[in-house]
Amino acid sequence: MTDTLTPVLTDTWDAERSWTLESYLAHGGYEGLRAALAQDPADVVQAVKDSGLRGRGGAGFPTGMKWGFLPAPDGGPRYLVVNADESEPGTCKDIPLMLASPQHLIEGVAITSYAIGCHHAFIYVRGEVLHVYRRLLAAVAEAYDAGYLGTDIQGSGFDLEVTVHAGAGAYICGEETALLDSLEGKRGQPRLKPPFPAVAGLYARPTVVNNVESIASVPGIMAKGADWFASMGTEKSQGHGLFSLSGHVTRPGQFEAPLGITLRELLDLAGGVREGHELKFWTPGGSSTPIFTAEHLDVPLDYESVGAAGSMLGTRALQVFDETTCVVRAVSRWTDFYAHESCGKCTPCREGTYWLKQVLHRIEAGEGTGPDIDLLLDLCDNILGRAFCALGDGATSPITSSIQYFREEYEAHLDGRGCPFDPARSTLFDDTPQAPPALAGAGGHR
Amino acid sequence: MTATTDKSTDAVPVETVTCTIDEIEVTVPKGTLVIRAAEQVGIEIPRFCDHPLLEPAGACRQCLVEVAMPDREGNLRPMPKPQASCTMTVTPGMVVKTQRTSAVADKAQEGVMELLLMNHPLDCPVCDKGGECPLQNQAMKNGRATSRFADVKRTFPKPIQVSSQVLLDRERCVLCQRCTRFSEEIAGDEFIALQERGAHQQVGRFDEQVLHFAPPCAGDHGAGGRAAPGPVDIPLGIAQPDASGQPFASYFSGNTVQICPVGALTGASYRFRARPFDLVSSPSIAEHDSCGSAIRIDHRRGKVMRRLAGDDPAVNEEWITDKDRFAFTWQSAPDRITTPLVREDGELRPASWVEALEVAAQGLAAARADGGVGVLPGGRLTVEDAFAWSRFARTVLRTDDVDQRARVHSVEESAFLAHAVAGTGVGVTFADLEAAPAVLLAGLEAEEEAGVTFLRLRKAVRAGARVFSVAPFRSRGLARLDGTLLPTAPGTEADWLTTLATQAAGDLVPAGADRETLEDVAGALGQEGAVVLVGERLAAAPGAYTAALRLAEATGARIAWIPRRAGERGGVEAGLLPGLLPGGRPLVDEDARAQVAAEWGVAVEDLPDTPGLDTDGILDALSVGQLTGALVGGLELADLPDPVHARRALGAARFIVSLEVRRTEATELADVVLPVAPPVERAGSYWNWEGRVRSFGRALESSALPDHRVLDALAAQLDVDLGVAEPLAAHRAVAAFGAWKGARAQAPQAGAPEPPAVSAGTAVLASWHLMLDDGALQDGEEHLAGTAKRPVARVSAVTAAGFDVFDGDRVTVSTDRGSITVPVAITEMVDHVVWLPMASRGCRVHEDLGARPGEAVRIAPAEKGDDA
Repeated sequence: MTDTLTPVLTDTWDAERSWTLESYLAHGGYEGLRAALAQDPADVVQAVKDSGLRGRGGAGFPTGMKWGFLPAPDGGPRYLVVNADESEPGTCKDIPLMLASPQHLIEGVAITSYAIGCHHAFIYVRGEVLHVYRRLLAAVAEAYDAGYLGTDIQGSGFDLEVTVHAGAGAYICGEETALLDSLEGKRGQPRLKPPFPAVAGLYARPTVVNNVESIASVPGIMAKGADWFASMGTEKSQGHGLFSLSGHVTRPGQFEAPLGITLRELLDLAGGVREGHELKFWTPGGSSTPIFTAEHLDVPLDYESVGAAGSMLGTRALQVFDETTCVVRAVSRWTDFYAHESCGKCTPCREGTYWLKQVLHRIEAGEGTGPDIDLLLDLCDNILGRAFCALGDGATSPITSSIQYFREEYEAHLDGRGCPFDPARSTLFDDTPQAPPALAGAGGHR
Repeated sequence: MTATTDKSTDAVPVETVTCTIDEIEVTVPKGTLVIRAAEQVGIEIPRFCDHPLLEPAGACRQCLVEVAMPDREGNLRPMPKPQASCTMTVTPGMVVKTQRTSAVADKAQEGVMELLLMNHPLDCPVCDKGGECPLQNQAMKNGRATSRFADVKRTFPKPIQVSSQVLLDRERCVLCQRCTRFSEEIAGDEFIALQERGAHQQVGRFDEQVLHFAPPCAGDHGAGGRAAPGPVDIPLGIAQPDASGQPFASYFSGNTVQICPVGALTGASYRFRARPFDLVSSPSIAEHDSCGSAIRIDHRRGKVMRRLAGDDPAVNEEWITDKDRFAFTWQSAPDRITTPLVREDGELRPASWVEALEVAAQGLAAARADGGVGVLPGGRLTVEDAFAWSRFARTVLRTDDVDQRARVHSVEESAFLAHAVAGTGVGVTFADLEAAPAVLLAGLEAEEEAGVTFLRLRKAVRAGARVFSVAPFRSRGLARLDGTLLPTAPGTEADWLTTLATQAAGDLVPAGADRETLEDVAGALGQEGAVVLVGERLAAAPGAYTAALRLAEATGARIAWIPRRAGERGGVEAGLLPGLLPGGRPLVDEDARAQVAAEWGVAVEDLPDTPGLDTDGILDALSVGQLTGALVGGLELADLPDPVHARRALGAARFIVSLEVRRTEATELADVVLPVAPPVERAGSYWNWEGRVRSFGRALESSALPDHRVLDALAAQLDVDLGVAEPLAAHRAVAAFGAWKGARAQAPQAGAPEPPAVSAGTAVLASWHLMLDDGALQDGEEHLAGTAKRPVARVSAVTAAGFDVFDGDRVTVSTDRGSITVPVAITEMVDHVVWLPMASRGCRVHEDLGARPGEAVRIAPAEKGDDA
């Protein structure tokens, strides 16, 4: 089974002090940058195009093509902005990556900047993950000291400054234009497009905004070749990707595998759904992607197949829920999240999530009535595709998909009946007796 | 579409695109938004955030429509989601389906409307907007009959008082961002912004309570050794802090009340006062400045309830100043004169029109025979009145001693106006300003003295224009125009203008001049379409008008004169200046006199043939008995450069007739007072500074008579038929004069004398009127008065150090006449100059100091107990 995995970004996570430059270099780090600097920038862009790398932030837009959208250089600055504002419920790939191996990202930033002619790159990190922010700062400092950033990188004559910026903790700032506004010091709200960031992004200059994992995948492509990368995955979804299993699985964690792997295979690697339980529903790519059920265990997790099955590959955040979980409760919590994180700019998302939240809370408490389920569906219809950005769309996905698969469960809540589940049963600490952690006891969590 | 684009810029016809909206084909200029294109074919798509003069936001999502576009092969491809028609531009072959033809669009709009109403209080019965509310109207047209929302509404505590004039009810707000976008894009007074997120998002000031910020620690300011900014541009009344942390002060905030599509922003003076369906609306023209802004007067049973901006794209677009909007109570003030008054035994008593006209006619006739009558009509007349005054002076009183200028004026200015302004028709327009690559302001603080002109300049600046200002300091208005200051001590404006003209002409500029700036400014003004705007205050700067004309000639820039008062441009046209007959005809020109005599039906030898006295001259002549009578119009003695002298002069006159709306100092000195109608009770026209005729009708029923009718009756008593009893006749009398084809009056040739040396303990006075001050036309509107700026004395740090005063200290500015004590605001400005507001409450420069800008005044720290 181990053959299924393709550890590239995760390869060194078990190394001693894997986050250090020393450790990264000992495992072949910065080979990609050396290879890139020996080439013409246009060739680097072409290689990334050839590799078939698609955006790993969720939308799956071809990365090389995105770089190609930048207008011809006009002598003014061009920017690379790395979207490290990972905030989606269930999504937990970029943060572990930056924690365990930040140099992957930094090398990718250097290569990408070289390819697109950028001399000042920004990494916008979600503000709450202070430990990651500090680790990134340290990693950037190490890279500067070693001459992988700064002026005349590795004697190539290429200069690059990298700024790590901590956001203030807003999901909306994962939307690329809201991120740019936030980075400019404004309220994070999505911008009107066009102009697209490639034309007028950060400080109204041509800007590439890429996800952490997309950028971190670039060094491997440069070091081992586009063909190597393209040899993994499926025809249209090439390469490796991080699959984050969480929830009711025996061994949750990051599984780096070629795109196109199935949840069944991943569950085998992760030791299956927790002992004595069975899969009820799962998200293929975070809470914004319509949920799947056990019937989708064999859907290949690539952009096309997941799309064809009615959801989105998203961020490959596979949240697994067993039969102890109340789907209404889960969806209600997600909806709370969207209501809390809606930026407020547009009516459907701002008011819609506020309303959805109240209806779901009502249903969960047994105060819902028959028409409420159709009301939820109609509200979702009035939000989906009507909102300014994708946040509103994402808020509707768990609701519509859960009603699609579990309508009876919703109905079971109505008319004073309330939730038929015991929420304690779905908790991990209640159901799976474990040895006390080593540091448990007085002061263990200091 | 092919990829070839023809980029020729020479006046090619506007590139158009054709699309189909609800099966109607429409061709619009390229770049037109779908929502605008739909309007072209009479299809109204509901909207909130969209406003034609603001940049698209796409925030409310009310205007969703279905759109299909042809792909590269020409096959029509429907877009998967409904699109916001307020952000999408029309593309060739686009097919749009609005709520009229698309169930999807209709449902999307209904859905958004339901969501908008869900957190709305639905308090229409007590809301000012009820009855004229876009939310209410569109909810009836495009919304569901009932709401399905049965849950808990979001609420806010009752209103935030943004300023003494504007209140904000947050729970009514639909977060369309029109107000915040207006403040940012149009006025540049950022005072309210969005804060919080999701359903808690709200418009408001920077509020630590809302944002859960800790308030700044006391003592944080100035920790780095830098003094906090001085108290400048601070309103008198209550005001929330704006985006910069200063108390909010704006002259344009009333516009946000008008464009608010719900009842979230309301005006304090109109709040809870009337219902829109009880109001009668009359279009009119604002009387407060020379811009000629279109307004709408809403009145109920003979009483004006409010004024709104009219929609005139050529002039004020849809914006007006707060003064134009809120200052109207003066017209119905308690001191309105309702009957003629005649002085008997030293006291004014009511009299009949017959008696008053008779007494007035006899008195004027006697004065005419005994030295003559000086005519001071004031600068606020309609052009119909101005022509009547001009004709009355020349044909009835047979004098050229007539001058409308109740302000600092000069002979050079008369010559400038006769040469470059009178009879020139429409010159530089608002549209020209908007298109100008560079604009130089001299003697003009656009925001304070011509509000909507400032807004248009700001629009030009946002499109790339550059603004330069010859002034003693960079005002907040100039800063918001991103303008370049050409620092000047008051009275020496001619220096910059002359040197710039020299630079532009390629001649040798004086040694020590700032060559870089000169080249930059002269170069900018040399561009096609550049404009020089001069204000009336150049009259206090000898040689400045002369130099401005030279500069315009040397650079090719066009020149326009922007006076402050609404009537002055029309008065110039009518010849309310000594030596100037209507239409720019020089009095000394025989042909000109002949034309005027023929038109007025008098013998040419009956017209005065030598230029008369200006305002200063008339007052001097009255004070020494050279003139014995005066005919005075809407004139406040306190506005004159030397009010004390003016009082003495009029006191010395043997006979005074005053035509006034309200009791003033002039009426108290008059022998006969003839009441005249304020603008709202009459029809008339102003000529705005562009030279555009701005006609308005009578809004309120009234028996009050306009000036021209009173003068017609008075002339009849003196056996002259002016023929202007009726408004239409008066209006036609204006148009009767054709263009003057003869030689224009000579250009002024004034030199600029060396400015007086500034001795120790003194500084040169700089001053101009703030838009909101102690002016009589703002009487009775305390909410508005609360938004006026507090008077301060501005001096530079060097000047302040010389007088040993610190920022915020009180200083006393004095002359032999009197003194003014106000706080000092250290300002980056020309040294040895002190700036005071011209006529603010507690700071009447002419009255208290008897000084004019450019003269030296003494400065000293205020002694204790000096606090006014």
